[in-house]
Order: sequence, then structure tokens, then C-alpha cells
Amino acid sequence: MVLSATDKANVKTFWGKLGGHGGEYGGEALDRMFQAHPTTKTYFPHFDLNPGSAQVKGHGKKVADALTTAVNNLDDVPGALSALSDLHAHKLRVDPVNFKLLSHCLLVTLALHHPADFTPAVHASLDKFLATVATVLTSKYR
Amino acid sequence: MVHLTAEEKALVTGLWGKVKVDEFGGEALGRLLVVYPWTQRFFDSFGDLSSADAVMGNPKVKAHGAKVLQSMGDGIKNLDNLKGTFSKLSELHCDKLHVDPENFRLLGNVLVCVLARHFGKDFTPAAQAAFQKVVVGVANALAAKYH
Repeated sequence: MVLSATDKANVKTFWGKLGGHGGEYGGEALDRMFQAHPTTKTYFPHFDLNPGSAQVKGHGKKVADALTTAVNNLDDVPGALSALSDLHAHKLRVDPVNFKLLSHCLLVTLALHHPADFTPAVHASLDKFLATVATVLTSKYR
Repeated sequence: MVHLTAEEKALVTGLWGKVKVDEFGGEALGRLLVVYPWTQRFFDSFGDLSSADAVMGNPKVKAHGAKVLQSMGDGIKNLDNLKGTFSKLSELHCDKLHVDPENFRLLGNVLVCVLARHFGKDFTPAAQAAFQKVVVGVANALAAKYH
């Protein structure tokens, strides 16, 4: 799966409209994921996972910042996320199925906060983008 | 079998009461065909699906989407017996339509995105969690008669 020029433009434009709320959306997406898909909580036994948790908010910002890095480097996502890819492969070892769950909750969060900009074409491009990120993060698993 | 708490059932039926079934159905099916274009394989007879705008405006997509969501509504009225409710449809999708059940999962998640888009903050994490259970239950019920 390859990001077309249109996909890249759609993702960049949409991301530019987040208005600094990226971190907040990252936290909300994690929150939604923990509630909708409780098995994902197994990766965070050291976290307070109650809604509104400062740890979840902090982690959401980390996730959002990494996605912003990817958005700013759409021509070389593997290069831009190489260190994160190593981290997920050798330390975190999050089962690949979980990236789909977080990606879905990110889409839900974005749709919720930006209903007009979340057009079908943008929805498609964002889904492809998140799948690309997930592929990169799991690329060194074996 | 889908296990919703009393609160979850209330969240689902409460929100469903506000769903414009025909409109949301058309949007959900349309988005499925746009976001996962390989799903178009089942709809050769639908005419122009060549662009996102063509898909979303296609009257056959809208009509079929409405049908699909009305069916989902039947499921929501019968959460304690999804397998029974969707038994005939499950046979149809296997024996006549030859639809891979993975497509039901894809559509379920697209529907959740559509609900989020329309309901905004009312689509709370708890509401989403409840609906995720429903869409998984419906997908499993539709796959139950496959062989």
C-alpha cells in the first residue's frame, strides 16, 4: 500500500487543521481504545488508565507528536520513525493487531472533532496513512 | 452472543433513536466503498463508483446502505438474539452473495466513524465501547451460518 500524492496532500491539509489539539486527540484516542478494546490495557499495567489520567494524556501527546513527525516526512516515513520502529520491535513488542485498534480510535476521534473536514476521501487517506505508520512500527519485528 | 450491560444497552438504544437510518446507512456503505475500494467487488451492478463523489452520490449505494442499516436496527432491537435475527441473512451472505465476513467488520468500524462524525461529543468513549460490542456481535451473527 503506497500513499499517493493526493493521499499525502489530504493528510497534510487535514493535519494542519488540528489547531494544536493533536496531543489532546492522542489522549482521547487512547482513552477510547482502552474502553472499547480492553485487551489493549495489558500493555499499560504501570499506568493509571482512568479517564482523564495524566499519564494517558502525556502518552497521547507522545503518540500525536510521532504522527506529526510522520506527516512532516511523508516521503520517508520509515526513516522518520526508524527509532520508534526499533523501540517497538525490541522493547515494547506490542502485538501488531493493536495498531489497527488504535488507528481506528484515532479516526473516530478525528471524525468527531472535525466532522466537516473528515470527508470520505480524507477518511481514506488518513486510514492509509495510519496503516503505513503501523507497518513501519512493526517492520522490524521479525 | 453479545453481552451489554444495562447502561450500555441504554446508551445504544438512546443514540440509535437519533440515527437517521437511511442517511447514515448510505454514508456508511459509501465510505466503506471509498476507504476500502476492494469492497466494490460485490457491487459491479451499481454503476459509477469511479470517484469518492460518484460513490457517495450513487443512488444504488444510498438505497443499499439504507437497507443495511435498517437491518442493523433490527439487530439493535434484538441484542439478546443476534444469531436468530441474522440467521437467514447469514445464509444469504454465504451461499448466494459469497461475502467474506471480514467485510462485516470493516463496515462495522466505518459505521462507528459515521456515528462519531454525526454525534460529536455525544459519542462518548462509553457509547463507542458499547457500539463496538454491537457491531462485533452483528458481524459474528452474520458469519455464524458460514460453512
